[in-house]
Amino acid sequence: MMNYFPDEVLEHVFDFVTSHRDRNAVSLVCKLWYRVERYSRQRVFIGNCYAISPERLIARFPGVKSLTLKGKPHFADFNLVPQDWGGYVQPWIEALARSRIGLEELRLKRMVVSDESLDVLSRSFTNFKSLVLVSCEGFTTDGLAAIAANCRFLRELDLQENEIEEKKNHWLGCFPDSCTSLVSLNFACLKEINLAALERLVARNPNLKSLKLNRAVPLEALQRILMRAPQLVDLGTGSFVLDRDSDDSETYRKLRTTILKCRSIRNLSGFLEVAPHCLPAIYPICVNLTYLNLSYAAGIHGSELIKLIRLCGKLQRLWILDCIGDKGLEIVASTCKDLQELRVFPSDPFGAGHDAVTETGLVAISSGCPKLNSLLYFCQQMTNAALIAVAKNCPNFIRFRLCILDPTKPDPVTMQPLDEGFGAIVQSSKRLRRLSLSGLLTDRVFLYIGMYAEQLEMLSIAFAGESDKGMLYVLNGCKKLRKLEIRDSPFGDMALLRDVGKYETMRSLWMSSCDVTLGGCKTLAKKMPRLNVEIINENDQMEFAPEDSQKVEKMYLYRTLVGPRKDAPEFVWTLV
Amino acid sequence: MESKVAYQNELNLKATELRLGLPGTDIESEEQALSSARNNKRPLPDNTKECGLKGSSDDAQHSDHEAAPPAKAQIVGWPPIRSYRKNNLQPKKTEAEASGIYVKVSMDGAPYLRKIDLRVYEGYPELLKALENMFKFTIGEYSEREGYKGSEFAPTYEDKDGDWMLVGDVPWDMFMSSCKRLRIMKGSEARGLGCGV
Repeated sequence: MMNYFPDEVLEHVFDFVTSHRDRNAVSLVCKLWYRVERYSRQRVFIGNCYAISPERLIARFPGVKSLTLKGKPHFADFNLVPQDWGGYVQPWIEALARSRIGLEELRLKRMVVSDESLDVLSRSFTNFKSLVLVSCEGFTTDGLAAIAANCRFLRELDLQENEIEEKKNHWLGCFPDSCTSLVSLNFACLKEINLAALERLVARNPNLKSLKLNRAVPLEALQRILMRAPQLVDLGTGSFVLDRDSDDSETYRKLRTTILKCRSIRNLSGFLEVAPHCLPAIYPICVNLTYLNLSYAAGIHGSELIKLIRLCGKLQRLWILDCIGDKGLEIVASTCKDLQELRVFPSDPFGAGHDAVTETGLVAISSGCPKLNSLLYFCQQMTNAALIAVAKNCPNFIRFRLCILDPTKPDPVTMQPLDEGFGAIVQSSKRLRRLSLSGLLTDRVFLYIGMYAEQLEMLSIAFAGESDKGMLYVLNGCKKLRKLEIRDSPFGDMALLRDVGKYETMRSLWMSSCDVTLGGCKTLAKKMPRLNVEIINENDQMEFAPEDSQKVEKMYLYRTLVGPRKDAPEFVWTLV
Repeated sequence: MESKVAYQNELNLKATELRLGLPGTDIESEEQALSSARNNKRPLPDNTKECGLKGSSDDAQHSDHEAAPPAKAQIVGWPPIRSYRKNNLQPKKTEAEASGIYVKVSMDGAPYLRKIDLRVYEGYPELLKALENMFKFTIGEYSEREGYKGSEFAPTYEDKDGDWMLVGDVPWDMFMSSCKRLRIMKGSEARGLGCGV
C-alpha cells in the first residue's frame, strides 16, 4: 500500500522514525524505502570509524547534517591501547569538506583530532552548529580558536575529558561580538581560561543553557557569570573555594544571593576544587536538581556529602566518590526515590580505601530506589547474597557495571565465586544491555549470561572464567551482542574459532592477555575477509618472526566494509 | 587488605614479596577459593612483569628511613578508570599520597644530614622513635609545660614562617604540612627551648 504514496509522504512518515536502529530497519524493507530513507536521513551514527569510509557515507546519505564517529576501542580509556594507534578524524572532515554536505553537527569519541582538522571544519560548513568532543586528543587551543572565530552560528561546543594542549592564545576571545547563538559551552577539561572574555561571552549569549567551567574560574567569577545567566539549566562549577578568613565573605554572601535566582538549574557538576564550607551556597538549588555530579570533588567528606544529598529529593542521576561510604548511600536511598542512575567512583583507586563502599551500600540503594536502571559501582567487595537482593529489588537494569577493586576477589563471606550473584542480575533484568563483571568468576557466570542476557549488547570481562566454554556460552547465547571486550581471561583459539560468522554480527571484539594464539588469529582472518583482525605488538620480541603458537598480547577485530585500514602504525598488524 | 599502617610498623616482607598471584591477595585465601578456578589460567607472572610490579627486591632493601612504596602494586589498566579522571581527582590528595613529604634532619654535631618522609609516620611517637634510632640518642619526655625533659636533646623544626618550633606542640597533621626541616638541638640551646621561663 505504501508504494502508492508519493515519496514525500513516505519521507514525512519516516520523519517520525528517529532512532538510528529504526531508520536502519526501515531502509531494509524494500528498495523504495531504502531510497527514500537515505535521502531523508539527517543523523548518522558510525560506531567504528574503520567500518566504513567517508566516501561511502557521503554517497549514501547526501543529506546528512549530524555525524557521530567513534575511534579507538573502549579499553583505550584504560591505557591498554598504545599511542598513535589510530582513529583520525582528518580524512572524514576532508572528505565532507570536498563534498556538498551541509554538516551541522559533529560528535566524536576517542578520536585523534588535529588543529588542521578543526580549522578545515570551521571553514567548510557555513551552518555548522555543534561540536562535541569526548575523550579525544591531538589538538590545541589553536584549533578551538578557529572554531570560535569561524563558526558564525555555533550553538554548542562541548569538550568532555579531552587532552588539549593549551597555548597562550586566549581562544575564547576569538568568538566575535556577533556570536550570540551559544546554547551550550563546556571547557571543564582545560586548565586555563581568559576570564574577561568568558564573562563577556556569557553576557552576550542569552540563550546559554549549559555552561561548564574549569578550575581556573574562581568563585567570584562564578558569581558574576551566574548574575548574567540565571537561565542556566546545566551548570558545571569551576573552583569552588574561598578562604575562610579572608574578605571573601562578601563574595560568598553575593554568591548565595545570586544562586537563589538560578531557579532553572537542574544539572550540577564540576567542583573540581571545593572547600566544604562553601557548599551551603548551593543548598537552595538542591531541591530542583535531577543530576548531580560530585565525582571529582575529593575534598568533600562523607558527612558534608550527606548534608547536601538530604536536600536533593528529586535526583535521578548521581555521580559521586566512594568517600560517601555505605552510610551515605543509605541516606541516598532514603532521600532520592526517583534515582535511576548511580555511579560511585573510587577516591583512592590503589589504596586500602577505609571510606570505601561495600555490598551494604549497594543493597541499601537497591531497596530504596527501585527505579534504578543504570549502575557503575567501584567497591571493595561484593557478596552473592547482596547481588541477589539487588537483582530482586531492581529488575530494571539497562546498564550494570560492577568493579571490585581487587579483580578476582571472591564473596568474602562464603569465599565462593560471584557467579550466582551476577546470574541473578542477568536473570532478573531482562532489558539489560550493558554488563561489566569483576570478582572471582568461573565459567558458570557465562553460562547464566548466555542463557538469560537476551538483550545484552556490550560485555566487559576481566580476570574471569576457567576455559573456552565460558566464552562460548556468551557467543552462542547472546544474540544481540555487539561489543565484547575481554582481558586476562583463559579463552583461546577454540572459543575464538568456533563460530567465526558471529563476529560479522558484532561491531568488535577485543581480547588481551588471553590464550588466543597468532595462528588462531590468522585462521580467523583468512576465513573472514570482512573482518579486520588486528594484532597490537608492543614488545621487541616481535622483531623475530613469531611462531603461530605464540600467544597474542592484544587482538582487536571488527567488521568492516572497507578492508584493512591504511593508517595503521607499524606496531599494528592487520592479518589477512 | 594490607594497609600503609601495618607496613610501616615492621618490615613487612609479605608486601614486597615477588610471587604468583595478583597483588593484594593472600596465598591462603587464594588457594582456598581458586583451587579449581585457576587451572586453565595463564601464569600470572606474565601480567605482573608487564605491569611493572613494584614489589621488587629493590624495595625490600629499603629500611624505615625511606618512604614505603604503596602497599598494593598496580595492574595496567586496573581499576578501569579513565586517565583523565585519575589525573584530575583533586590533585592535592593524590600527589601527597604518592610522593611523600621529605624533610632534612640535622643533628648538632653529626657530620651529615639525613632525610625522612613524614608521611611514613602515624604521629609524634613514631617520628621521635625513628629519630632516636637514626641518630642513636634519647629524647626526653614531652610535656606542654616543659618541652622535652630528661635529656640534653630537643627535636625542633623550621616552620613555614621560618621560625624554629619545638616538635610536638601542634596537631600532627598541622605539623606535617608546616614542617620544612628538622633539627635536633643539643646542649644548652636545647635546654633554652624547653625552659619554662
